[in-house]
Amino acid sequence: MAEQNILLRMEGICKTFPGVKALDNAQLTVRKGTVHALMGENGAGKSTLMKCLFGIYSKDAGHIYLDGKEINFKNSREALDNGVAMVHQELNQALKRNVMDNIWLGRYPKMGSGKLPVVSEKKMYDATMKVFDELGVKVNPKTVMSTMPVSQRQMVEIAKAVSFNSKIIVLDEPTSSLTETEVEHLFEIINMLRDRGCGIIYISHKMEEILRISDDVTIMRDGQYIATRAAKDLTMDEIIRLMVGRELTNRFPPKDNVVSNENIMEVQGITAMYSHLKDVSFSLKKGEILGVAGLDSSGRTELLENIFGYATRKSGKLFKNGKPIGNKTSRESIQNGFALLTEERRATGIFGILNIQENTVISSLKKYLNYGFVLSNKKMAEKTKWSIDAMHIKTPSQKTKIRSLSGGNQQKVILGRWLLTQPDILLLDEPTRGIDVGAKYEIYQLILDLAKQGKSVIMVSSEMPELLGVCNRILVMSGGRLAGEVNADTATQEEIMTLAAKYA
Amino acid sequence: MQNFKALSNKDKGRYIANWMLDHAMIIIIILMAIYVQSQKPAFFKIPSLVNILSLTAVRLPMALGVAGCIILAGTDLSGGRVAGLTAFISAILLQKAGASGKFLPNLTPPNLLLVILAVMAIGAIVGLVNGFCMGKFKLHPFIVTLATQMITYGVYLTVSGSKQISSLDTSYTTSFVTKSLFKIGPTSVPMYVLLAIILTAIVWFIWNKTTFGKNMFAVGSNEEAARVSGVNVLLTIVGVFMMAGALYGYTGFVEAARLGGSTATLGLNYESDAIAAVVIGGVSFVGGTGKISGVILGVFMMQLIMSGMTFLGISGNVTYIIKGAVILVACILDMRKYMVKK
Repeated sequence: MAEQNILLRMEGICKTFPGVKALDNAQLTVRKGTVHALMGENGAGKSTLMKCLFGIYSKDAGHIYLDGKEINFKNSREALDNGVAMVHQELNQALKRNVMDNIWLGRYPKMGSGKLPVVSEKKMYDATMKVFDELGVKVNPKTVMSTMPVSQRQMVEIAKAVSFNSKIIVLDEPTSSLTETEVEHLFEIINMLRDRGCGIIYISHKMEEILRISDDVTIMRDGQYIATRAAKDLTMDEIIRLMVGRELTNRFPPKDNVVSNENIMEVQGITAMYSHLKDVSFSLKKGEILGVAGLDSSGRTELLENIFGYATRKSGKLFKNGKPIGNKTSRESIQNGFALLTEERRATGIFGILNIQENTVISSLKKYLNYGFVLSNKKMAEKTKWSIDAMHIKTPSQKTKIRSLSGGNQQKVILGRWLLTQPDILLLDEPTRGIDVGAKYEIYQLILDLAKQGKSVIMVSSEMPELLGVCNRILVMSGGRLAGEVNADTATQEEIMTLAAKYA
Repeated sequence: MQNFKALSNKDKGRYIANWMLDHAMIIIIILMAIYVQSQKPAFFKIPSLVNILSLTAVRLPMALGVAGCIILAGTDLSGGRVAGLTAFISAILLQKAGASGKFLPNLTPPNLLLVILAVMAIGAIVGLVNGFCMGKFKLHPFIVTLATQMITYGVYLTVSGSKQISSLDTSYTTSFVTKSLFKIGPTSVPMYVLLAIILTAIVWFIWNKTTFGKNMFAVGSNEEAARVSGVNVLLTIVGVFMMAGALYGYTGFVEAARLGGSTATLGLNYESDAIAAVVIGGVSFVGGTGKISGVILGVFMMQLIMSGMTFLGISGNVTYIIKGAVILVACILDMRKYMVKK
């Protein structure tokens, strides 16, 4: 690589948090006019490295050079002013304000000569339209953000980055909520920016995308730099090998559960009151693992929440073992033998400041009463021990705070919590989100074991290989409706994608 | 709603019910006003209407100040006591020369404009403390302004020795603040209505046309997004609370003149009336939303209730119950709009 072509060079970056070495001599070199994929498992240090670039964290050691000059940004605004922008996965926007107010936030164009702090709406509108025309974004700058779909809000965020004349644009998981057409549009924009000489840092877990769009790939593991290769020389297996650090021959345990012929549950035409979920019908067999695929906001989560009574149904019927059931509230559903593992583990799953025992017994407290009203510490400790052993939870003790465990272990605690309510039907929403590849395997194994015990599982996931590798059958949701059903043993990812785009 | 006709009857019913609930506060108040009118026909006559409008003008500046704090997703409880303090200061500075028991016996009343600026500055200082504690130390607005409310009241009691101040200079009262601008029929419209209109116009301009105003809405809507975009969040918060403080200071100035003096109860609960009015006017505690027109409407509606109760001869004690209920209902109706329904 010729020195003059290098736009950004980060070298020897170290960052230590209390007890953890988050970055250990990490490096990244981005060439002008290229898309550079940054890959690694969760916790590999990708986002910490980016936060060091933007000055959100101060690095302990190392140097960052932009266009050959050493830089050390103190905050993201300084980075933006110097042409380094980031589009975050969780879009950080003022939702009650309109599009242009968001784009020009912190640097509103002013009236006249700009000496008075009076905002010129006209200048702001014109400047916004200029950027939108360039990028082919069709959004009215006066639309209030909260009324737009996530995909459009993301386009606005990219437009904002472009409006700063950024040389480096970091895209963090940009396609997770986009339809196929929207992804194509995004790739067009990325190609255009690349042709202009921008350096794009592309963070994603979707390997097909990475191999398609990127020029270079840098792989990180455990906070360390592993390798930088040209994307055309890499294969998916090679990337996984570099990311995991070992040959990962079996990503999934053998699918040896036996699906019975009996239906355990029948869903007839459920339509949600407050979301776009519409007229979904299907049946679930005893011992079956039923996958639910679809894009973000295709109604996957809403489907589980409506079955569980966490969301309000407008119409539709549920039957368990042939008998009609209500499932109008979560409490009723738990009594009917249902369990729901929620998507946002931190927000709606764990009680962070409580310990593992408290987190384990919370859904089945009535079972640990003595004399009908005194909680028995002994009974609770016994059941928690059972859960820790059965789920293979790695923890120093039952009294350890759950937030100090890794994501995978937290998820196992919650699974254990639900098993103590003795459910027949487990609804799992993204059970492996934010969990390392190794720990994922253990979760898959647990799910299969449950199915082998005759329990039925409905599992929502954004990762298609995971659905194909673990499930018996897959429902595909699109635009709030059931777009189709495929056999997980014979279906391909393309088939699922086509169905997922049906009503999107 | 694009196709009201295309909806099923059940959905139509739901749509109408939702519309009614979204506008429930205003519907309730209008119904109350119609009831008062049917009982006491003088309610909607010119003298009564001008009176309601004048009182709206008195309460509007404080409501505008509080509204800014609520747009920041905060609140401000210090308003009433700041007005009490500045009413006292205005009153002692502008007491008639030679009045018996004059608080500052040797002082000849200074220039009015100077006094207005001074009391607004005093209010702004309280706002500075409020905003700084919130922005810098991340304290909850409730706690900070509760503390400054107490401190302000304590300062007032200490300095005044709980003395009532009266006999104000007429250049301050009847020749300025309560001077008749013009008459509608037999009823005169006082100067402070014009002052309120001017202040409202200024606040409207600041909210809608300046970078500071836009930053205020952005910080209220998503503080983190504003920070990442390089907005000086601390300065914005401090600015909003200082502006509010200045408006409370102005309220004290007008109230002392209007009521002819200052007492220990002047300003009591003004802030809760203002908060209630602002919430009725659609400024949400969720933050980031609110309009000047809404605030004006809210203060007017609140005044309509108050005057209506006076007309019906309802005792002041019961008034509190009704005011409290209004605040509660207004907040419930407001949260209803932002509740994420599952």
